[in-house]
Amino acid sequence: MARQPRERRRVQTIRKTDMTQLINDTGFVTDDWTHGFCAAGAANDCRALDLAPDADPQKIDLNTTLEMIRIDFPSSADGRGFTIARALRLRGFTGRLRARGHILADQYAMARRAGFNEVEVNDDVAARQPAAQWQYRADWKAHDYQSRLRGTAS
Amino acid sequence: MYHYTDFDAAFLKERNAQFRAQVERRIDGSLTEDEFKPLRLMNGLYLQLHAYMLRVAIPYGTLNSAQMDTLAMIADKWDKGYGHFTTRQNIQYNWPELRDVPDMLDALGAVNMHAIQTSGNTIRNVTADHFAGAAADEVADPRPIAELIRQWSTDHPEFQFLPRKFKVAVSGASADRAVIKAHDIGLQIVEQDGEIGYKVIIGGGLGRTPMIGKVLYDFVKSEDLLPALEAIVSVYNLLGRRDNKYKARIKITVHENGIEDIRARVDARYKLIRPQFTGVDQQMLSRIEADFAVPQFKTATEAPYHHARQHDPLFKSWSDTNLTEHRAPGYAIVSISLKAHGKTPGDASSSQMRIMAGLAKRYGHDELRISHEQNVILPHVHKSDLPSVYAALKAAGLGTANIGLISDIIACPGMDYCALATARSIPIAQEIATHFDALKLEHEVGPLKIKISGCINACGHHHVGHIGILGLDRAGVENYQIMLGGDGTEDAQIGERAGPGFSADEIIPAVERIVMAYLDLRSDPSETFLQAYRRLGLAPFKAALYPQKQASAA
Amino acid sequence: MSKPFTPSVITANALLEGDVIYQTPFGWTRALEEAEVLLDEAHADLRMIEASAQAGHVVGVYLAEVALDGAIPRPIHFREDFRATGPSNYAHGKQERAAQEHI
Repeated sequence: MARQPRERRRVQTIRKTDMTQLINDTGFVTDDWTHGFCAAGAANDCRALDLAPDADPQKIDLNTTLEMIRIDFPSSADGRGFTIARALRLRGFTGRLRARGHILADQYAMARRAGFNEVEVNDDVAARQPAAQWQYRADWKAHDYQSRLRGTAS
Repeated sequence: MYHYTDFDAAFLKERNAQFRAQVERRIDGSLTEDEFKPLRLMNGLYLQLHAYMLRVAIPYGTLNSAQMDTLAMIADKWDKGYGHFTTRQNIQYNWPELRDVPDMLDALGAVNMHAIQTSGNTIRNVTADHFAGAAADEVADPRPIAELIRQWSTDHPEFQFLPRKFKVAVSGASADRAVIKAHDIGLQIVEQDGEIGYKVIIGGGLGRTPMIGKVLYDFVKSEDLLPALEAIVSVYNLLGRRDNKYKARIKITVHENGIEDIRARVDARYKLIRPQFTGVDQQMLSRIEADFAVPQFKTATEAPYHHARQHDPLFKSWSDTNLTEHRAPGYAIVSISLKAHGKTPGDASSSQMRIMAGLAKRYGHDELRISHEQNVILPHVHKSDLPSVYAALKAAGLGTANIGLISDIIACPGMDYCALATARSIPIAQEIATHFDALKLEHEVGPLKIKISGCINACGHHHVGHIGILGLDRAGVENYQIMLGGDGTEDAQIGERAGPGFSADEIIPAVERIVMAYLDLRSDPSETFLQAYRRLGLAPFKAALYPQKQASAA
Repeated sequence: MSKPFTPSVITANALLEGDVIYQTPFGWTRALEEAEVLLDEAHADLRMIEASAQAGHVVGVYLAEVALDGAIPRPIHFREDFRATGPSNYAHGKQERAAQEHI
């Protein structure tokens, strides 16, 4: 009987850290947002909303107090956040959009084109992907087939 | 065919530089394997049983002689002197090494070829009718819109991390030579009141849960097509399941939510997206269409063709099976068989690739196609040149007169190469071909499509074979299940499972029993296997497969 | 009552070349016959941890059951047989190297 490759529990320690790194087109920057985030469905005067990747972008109330929406990327393989961001932009949200989670430098251009202003990653992800790797993808407006085809910017 | 603009060339150069850097970051540890894997997949690089495998895109199956020559060079320089053409009109190299792959991509880039998005949870190579631009029954050439969709899907920021892979196919005729009903999105070019538009079919797919696609829209105008596609894939990106790999394709999403619900979501999303498209894509489409203008066909006497048919029985036999009617007078579409009896289906050596390239350049308006049935097409050859073409093909082992016959088998690489496979498929294909060649029955049997997959993922399209064979692992031994009556054309149908599987020793005699039953039961020699099956149903073939006296051994 | 541990080897693909490799006490080999045979689960777990930590050289580490021909490990499942030999349609892969070494 064939033994399938066994699922091994990874015994290495994954350091769960609350320390994160904010990244934009200029590279690693200090987080200037100090007003906290609220969960979806919280107070009407929420200034910054946290969304999970299963959020329905059509159902978010884009009221005037909302300045920032932060969308979670639990895994770099989960691309829902890109569609959520784009839908929010198409609906007319002009505030700040932040992608937060396990995002690779190689996804930076996707994030910017989908409508994110910035990316927030854990320190251990940032340690393995230093600023130079993010800055390498900061020319996100170049080589953009989709905005070229639409005739409108991302 | 499509000519790269400066934008396309610059994109490719930058993309290749990015991948080169990603390889180095994997080697130096900046990227873990879990992080690197989706990145190498979206550049076409698999890790298989014995080695890496690079899957190079041949967009809508179209290439010219310079490109085919480059594929040959790459095979010689970085692989083992051959390539494998696939059921999605791509070519696979089975033995590249990681550090060589960026160099291979640069060599491809020099002739406007790439391996972008040939794997991974992204939108894959857009395939099209391999007779595009040549077939007599075409409404419009599907390749310009396939090229536009290729550009739209390339590095699309939303769609690089979908729940699962996403496959698009386009047909330009009502006859479906692109298997559009078994694709995530299948497009059929249709004409309505003098206007060209698209029937949009979604949720087709083979694999663990084979399904025929459902019509989402009967007629989408050209200027609305890209926004419609974007709406569909956006809805899928959010709704498709990410908890179970085997339930993650859009066919399951459609099945679980219902086509009406999906249509409502797509309509809503479309309303948001449509205003973003300003008509620039239609201008680009016009420029692309100019690249696909019909070649300057020649007029010449057909006498050499008729003479050869009269005096050369091998040429007659080949021209009876391997030619298809062309829209231009005096021309023919040539199907070059990569299914020589006993050879690996779909494989071509580098010297064979060079010969086919040379024939295209000299006799074929410098154009070749790859069909989803793993053969190479010369779409435009004047009949007067066919004897010369045939002589060259025959000398190169490319002259097998078996297109559409029992030995023209589709087979995935199977467990000889693929890490996902549960059994081998290539040896079964080789043995079926040599067996029926030895029996000298191929032409008697007539049109019969056998398709073999080495696992449930169905890359060999066994569900839509007239005879489909699925290789599984039964208690540590290779075991082959038979399906009958599948159809991959516009009359698409999933085959019926015949019964318990057969061992590697038993499968060839089993196939023979089916074929003998057909020869016995057909109403006359003009009734094909599929027609006989539709008339008679599974029962008599099942009886032939599992005779009563052997019921206990079945 | 736990299932008895079948003798196993640790196998993977080499990161750069992509070919099949097997872990030995001192590193990795391309020949199954030279692989370190693991006879109990605790030892196998330990060696798996060590193999998995070598992501800079190897990809896709897993345990493959073997049958012992004396002390020499042989594949049990046909998939491992193919991995140790090469494809059946061309003399490529490990069988190619083996043939060359016998010239």
